[in-house]
Amino acid sequence: MIHDHRHRRGAGLVALLAAAVLGLAGCSAVGTGSGGAAADTVTLVTHDSFWLPDEVFEVFTEQTGLTVRVVSQGDTGSLVNQLVLTKDAPLGDAVFGIDNTFASRALEAGVVVPAHLEAPALPDARAHALPGDDGALVAIDYGDVCVNIDDAWFAASDLAPPATLDDLVRPEYRSLFVTPNPVTSSPGFAFLLTTIAASGDTGWPGYWTALKANDVQVASGWTDAYQSAFTAGGGGGDRPVVVSYASSPPFTVPDGGSTPTTSALLDTCFRQVEHAGVLAGAKNPDGAALLVDFLLSDTVQQAIPGAMYMYPVSTSVALPDDWARWAPVATDPFTVDPAAVATHREEWLNRWTDLGVG
Amino acid sequence: MLGEPTPARLRDRPWVARTAWTLAAGVPLAFLVVFFALPVVAMVGRGFVVDGAVDLTGFTEVFSRPRTWRVVGLTLLQATLATVLCVLLGVPGAHTLYRARAFRGRAALRAFVTVPFVLPTVVVGVAFRALLQPSGPLGFLGLDHTLTAIVAALVFFNYSVVVRSVGGLWERLDPRAVQAARALGASPLRAFFTVTLPALAPAVASAASLVFLFSATSFGTVLVLGGTRFGTVETEIWVQTTQYLNLRAAAVLSVTQLVVVAGVLAVVARTQASRERALPMIEPGRREPDAAGEPGSRVVTVAAATVTGAVVVAVAMPLVALVLRSLRVGDGWGLDHYVALAAPARGLGVSALEAAVTSVRVAVDATLIALLVGGLLALVLSRRPARPGARRALAGLDGLVMLPLGVSAVTVGFGLLLTMARPFGLDVDLRTSPLLLPVAQATVAVPLVVRTVLPVLRAIDPRQREAAATLGAGPGRVLATVDAPAGLRALGLAAGFAFAASLGEFGATSFLVRPNDPTLPVVVFRLIGRPGLDAAGQATAAAVLLAVLSAVAVAVFERLRSRTVGAQW
Repeated sequence: MIHDHRHRRGAGLVALLAAAVLGLAGCSAVGTGSGGAAADTVTLVTHDSFWLPDEVFEVFTEQTGLTVRVVSQGDTGSLVNQLVLTKDAPLGDAVFGIDNTFASRALEAGVVVPAHLEAPALPDARAHALPGDDGALVAIDYGDVCVNIDDAWFAASDLAPPATLDDLVRPEYRSLFVTPNPVTSSPGFAFLLTTIAASGDTGWPGYWTALKANDVQVASGWTDAYQSAFTAGGGGGDRPVVVSYASSPPFTVPDGGSTPTTSALLDTCFRQVEHAGVLAGAKNPDGAALLVDFLLSDTVQQAIPGAMYMYPVSTSVALPDDWARWAPVATDPFTVDPAAVATHREEWLNRWTDLGVG
Repeated sequence: MLGEPTPARLRDRPWVARTAWTLAAGVPLAFLVVFFALPVVAMVGRGFVVDGAVDLTGFTEVFSRPRTWRVVGLTLLQATLATVLCVLLGVPGAHTLYRARAFRGRAALRAFVTVPFVLPTVVVGVAFRALLQPSGPLGFLGLDHTLTAIVAALVFFNYSVVVRSVGGLWERLDPRAVQAARALGASPLRAFFTVTLPALAPAVASAASLVFLFSATSFGTVLVLGGTRFGTVETEIWVQTTQYLNLRAAAVLSVTQLVVVAGVLAVVARTQASRERALPMIEPGRREPDAAGEPGSRVVTVAAATVTGAVVVAVAMPLVALVLRSLRVGDGWGLDHYVALAAPARGLGVSALEAAVTSVRVAVDATLIALLVGGLLALVLSRRPARPGARRALAGLDGLVMLPLGVSAVTVGFGLLLTMARPFGLDVDLRTSPLLLPVAQATVAVPLVVRTVLPVLRAIDPRQREAAATLGAGPGRVLATVDAPAGLRALGLAAGFAFAASLGEFGATSFLVRPNDPTLPVVVFRLIGRPGLDAAGQATAAAVLLAVLSAVAVAVFERLRSRTVGAQW
């Protein structure tokens, strides 16, 4: 305490600071948050690419009286690993976003349990079911990771565009290809799986050695590869061939134009399927099952392309027009057994790293 | 005076003072233990304890891989190069921006060089790549995906740490010591090396340790500009934890990181202990630096200004590239991306402006927590207890408070998930609570607060306190009259850094933020990860908004600094 008027300056400063603290506290975030898990909320744990419009969740609340709380936990790998680590005290009730490259780890650890579901689109989801899964994971959406090319760039050059994986290692396509790093990026890993599926367990290192000899560029993530290095990504890049998604081309329709300037090579695709499920030990398992059902409803399925750039599993909803025209998926994508991915992920990525490509 | 002054009562009852000091040390320590140390121990423990038994074979396994040694070597190399460069460039910067005669726009320039410090790495990565890739304006340098590019980016981020830290001390240094040396015939250079530099040494050491910590734990920059080829311990921990779930390897790497960081901090602490002392300071605003005449200082001034000018241009380049990209609309130019910031972004649900409000709110909470915890810690650390045991304890604590900057955000983030399910047996799941975000950001800001406030308190001449005590002031009174005025102003300045650091924080945020309530860096990250030129344009516009916000915050608190004595950060 300050008892002396001679120290009014100090006192004034204290008062000023106190006033500032109180003023700042007025715009604090504490207190604006929602409380813990109540009986009328259901908590959805997901990755950081997840998003659905609020209106969609409002529909769910109208139908069930339940409020959805969304918590996101980093990328897909972080999400699954955090679920494994917190299995005894789960982060929420339901999960969305476990893809087929991480699914086995989630299933082995038993972080999701089968639930009683009633969605009409369930048979569509089962068409994407994982081998050996007893229904704990339910497919919600999917997408193809494919090599994309800048058609405008190839039209302006004398070069015929590449079409297959083998083309990418031919000398005329030297220094034209960029891919995200498989260690740090999920589309990058999907492309590594493509090459493993295509060249076999013994052949793929040779393929990557050939890619390296052909001056492939390895970017840290999709953003870096597509937005910076790709010629059609707007970042002034100089690589006209890039690993991206089958759904990327519609976004390159120029203003005033009607045709995209890029296309996906459908013979180079790996299919990613994203699943949802009810978490083991959920506080509100019934609400979680209702939420998983809801993710398969037309309301959500219709919103998925616009919100998350993936394709809905349900056959009862239509794709956006430009997707239907310009973003077909592969008819025969490459696949790798999810159990093999779970077993060999680290080994494959260590081998890839040792090749010194990126 | 109103009756019997409190201090005298305090003197009669020493246990009151002792209790007060115990609380002052205990509260912040408890905070750091609960929200930092325990999570880290829990996470590392998961890697070393297998089926209830301690298993340390991970060490032999991890260290038998050649890659591990390469990664440790690269971490040290990158961090050391960045630190050395930051110091070499930052000391001239401190001279020009703080010591030399004031010039028009100096305050703006001070705020400007701080902007990179708060930019999200993903944005800086994009800006740097746009400059460095073969088709970019600096493509001819061939720096894309090289160690040089990484080090350049680290210097870009951390340059201001040295400038502010050293500048803060330098501007208050009494010029008469140098004048005396010059009068006795020392050359300007000799005077600098024998008088000025030793006086600045604690600030340089303090700044260098911060830069080293930031550089050694940098994650996004390394990945975007170098790729896994230039992997560091930090990127390796991220990969092992989030991709492989190899907790054994992650735990070994976390311990390695801790040992490296602690080693560096110990070295710095030794340097500081021998140097840090009360310095002859001048009253703020009572000085005309060059006018007072440091003969021959013109050469020094011009040389420093030249270096600083070059650095400012270099710092400006990625920022200009960023602004240009945000103004690029289709084939032309326009403000469309900025207009779009007010509308809910596709795929986000909130507008960038709403996210900015969230960011500010979280940053306010984080700042308040960091000021309370960091302020108390600085106060405790500034004491000079007589007992050697207490002195050693304080020296240890001094290093300890820096650790949150030196430990991987992934380890802390995952650790929080392990320990915050039912903290203290309470039935509150803090892991998904909005409270955890500002708390996590505050643990990162606490070291900045301590490093800002502590040197100010230590620079107070102990004789001032002794004089006050002799005149009858008790310990509480001495605190209120001697320490408080300087300390509170330093706290105001620290608030600026804590606020800015929290505003740009992304590591812990990415694990803790709620997707329908994102902060601005998260919006930038999401937008830039989306297809379409508009999304990228909006992302850069949002990044520019973030940069402007933090520059304004820093500039506002800079005004406080002009009345602050010798803050060192």
